[in-house]
Amino acid sequence: MDKIFRVNMTDLTTKIEEVPAAWAGLGGRALTSTIVAAEVPPTCHALSAQNVLCFAPGLLTGTAAANSGRLSAGAKSPLTGGIKESNAGGTAAQMLAKLGIKALIIEGAPKSGTWYNLSVGINGVTINEEKELLGVGNFAVIDAVEQRLGKKTGVLTIGIAGELKMTAANISVKDPDSKIRSHGRGGLGAVMGSKQIKFISIDGEGSKPVTIADPEKFKTAARAFSKALLDHPVSGEGLPTYGTNVLVNILNEAGGLPTRNFTTGQFEGHDKISGETMHDTIAARGGKVKHGCHAGCIIQCSQVYNDKDGKYVTSGFEYETIWGLGADCCIDNLDDIARADNLMDDIGIDSIETAVMFGVAMEAGILNWGDSKEMLRLLTEEIGKGTALGRILGGGAGSVGRTYGVTRVPVVKNQAIPAYDPRSVKGIGITYATSTMGADHTSGYTIATNILNVGGYVDPLKKDGQVELSRNLQIATAAVDSTGMCIFVAFPALDIPECLPALIDMINARFGIALTGDDVTNLGKHVLKLERKFNQEAGLTNVHDRLPDFFKNEPVAPHNAVWDFTDAEIDEFWNF
Amino acid sequence: MLITLKLFATFRNGRFKVAEQELPEGTDVRAVVLSLGLTEEEIGIVMLNGRHGELDSKLSDHDTLSLFPLVGGG
Repeated sequence: MDKIFRVNMTDLTTKIEEVPAAWAGLGGRALTSTIVAAEVPPTCHALSAQNVLCFAPGLLTGTAAANSGRLSAGAKSPLTGGIKESNAGGTAAQMLAKLGIKALIIEGAPKSGTWYNLSVGINGVTINEEKELLGVGNFAVIDAVEQRLGKKTGVLTIGIAGELKMTAANISVKDPDSKIRSHGRGGLGAVMGSKQIKFISIDGEGSKPVTIADPEKFKTAARAFSKALLDHPVSGEGLPTYGTNVLVNILNEAGGLPTRNFTTGQFEGHDKISGETMHDTIAARGGKVKHGCHAGCIIQCSQVYNDKDGKYVTSGFEYETIWGLGADCCIDNLDDIARADNLMDDIGIDSIETAVMFGVAMEAGILNWGDSKEMLRLLTEEIGKGTALGRILGGGAGSVGRTYGVTRVPVVKNQAIPAYDPRSVKGIGITYATSTMGADHTSGYTIATNILNVGGYVDPLKKDGQVELSRNLQIATAAVDSTGMCIFVAFPALDIPECLPALIDMINARFGIALTGDDVTNLGKHVLKLERKFNQEAGLTNVHDRLPDFFKNEPVAPHNAVWDFTDAEIDEFWNF
Repeated sequence: MLITLKLFATFRNGRFKVAEQELPEGTDVRAVVLSLGLTEEEIGIVMLNGRHGELDSKLSDHDTLSLFPLVGGG
């Protein structure tokens, strides 16, 4: 039976607990948000001992279900001041699920300056003092842990940014090639740093396949689900070929590619950084066009990007990173963007927050537009060394805006706005405004329907239907984030009628239950309401569900679109 | 009339990225698609001057027509 593994960093004790009955049907985001809401005082300082950092595999993680290997991490966010769930691929989620660990909860904080690592295994968690790997980057931590404990060991680690409690710090997860996936958003790396944990190792020894209540039913549903993923042109062909970066040219054509710190919607150098160019470059240099972030991923939107000598530069090279350093900072050199991506992984800093931050830093005059060499220097020499300037930069876009008196600061709830201009793609603006996570495209990806003609079509330049679209997608996403599924299963789920029932059938077969589509929708609604209640008690109310003023006052080319939703129209989102 | 035709993703294979085309007045998007050897089913997104268009959309002088297969990301 699944257990809760609990670690108290104040008194350095650990225990194994039974899963409370109320948590039995929860996984992933539903579980981490429930734990945070139950155990964290909403008004506490996110870097204090009162915060709790928890990890939970999804309901289907560890099974043979395709694309079910995502791990949820939860805490109060030091960046937004609200609740945070951030999920990532890698090898940890499946290891935890197979060890029967429903959640790992880390509470308290050491009173002394001593740093620790945690070893998680089938018999519980041990807390060990850590000296050797302090101040070391994430790649070296993974290498060292593999040398100490073996190649198969799972690793969750923080880089320099997390050690120094920068609010853009992420938590890195070892992937199947000993590279890195990230719980990127919301500064969860700083929370792990505040608990003075440099890394968590996971020993899979003694683990067993997760039990399936009805294996035959599961197999049938899993087959139908995989078929839907492979049959849909987005998940079956577009993503494995071009990666998420296929979006650069599409958003540029639609005038929704935020450029030069969100001053215009098209970037002259778009083709140089596009998915098409990236694909051809990777193929010519002997990299990998397709790559999975976790075992069992059949979409394979990731890739391995090499330099012109055929040497590894980075993997998991995403549209948001490439857009942010590319269009938003006017850098048209894909090799330099790839180097920056690798540096951000090593330093342990969110590549969306940091890319948008550089756009604000360019606006502030800290570096020139398009100056990729200085951007690489700032990453290495300032953020990577924790200088005073580095800490300001490592605080994210809002931090730089406040420090340097910039008024065009694209954040919601202090979290950087990702790669779609909300004036020319209005549905995503509703998601940015209302998401419990701060600005976050993944919490209700209206781009599918606004731009990509997936799940129907809602005109991106008009207000009609956007609130409802965002609401429906945010509810569905909260549920999907609880299953351990990659969010890209939403593309086939929106278009192929067999897909969502197969997903529900897999959950039912796994646990021997009888959920309906309505139950799943209700789970999504419940999660959103629970998260919002926490945020309200933390002081984030309707007035924080707003986009920055400049989106209202500055029309964006080429459509000269403005953000024209009234406050009352935005607040309609919560009427469910 | 003169239009600018842009192709993306797999549509570029064996074709081109961008080309100017001289077309008879009243040509619609469908005719351009078929002239490229593409089928209607292969078309995921039609953009006409940066806005979503249809296969039935009529083209005008100096339009920019962009054609994408069904692709996505995030």
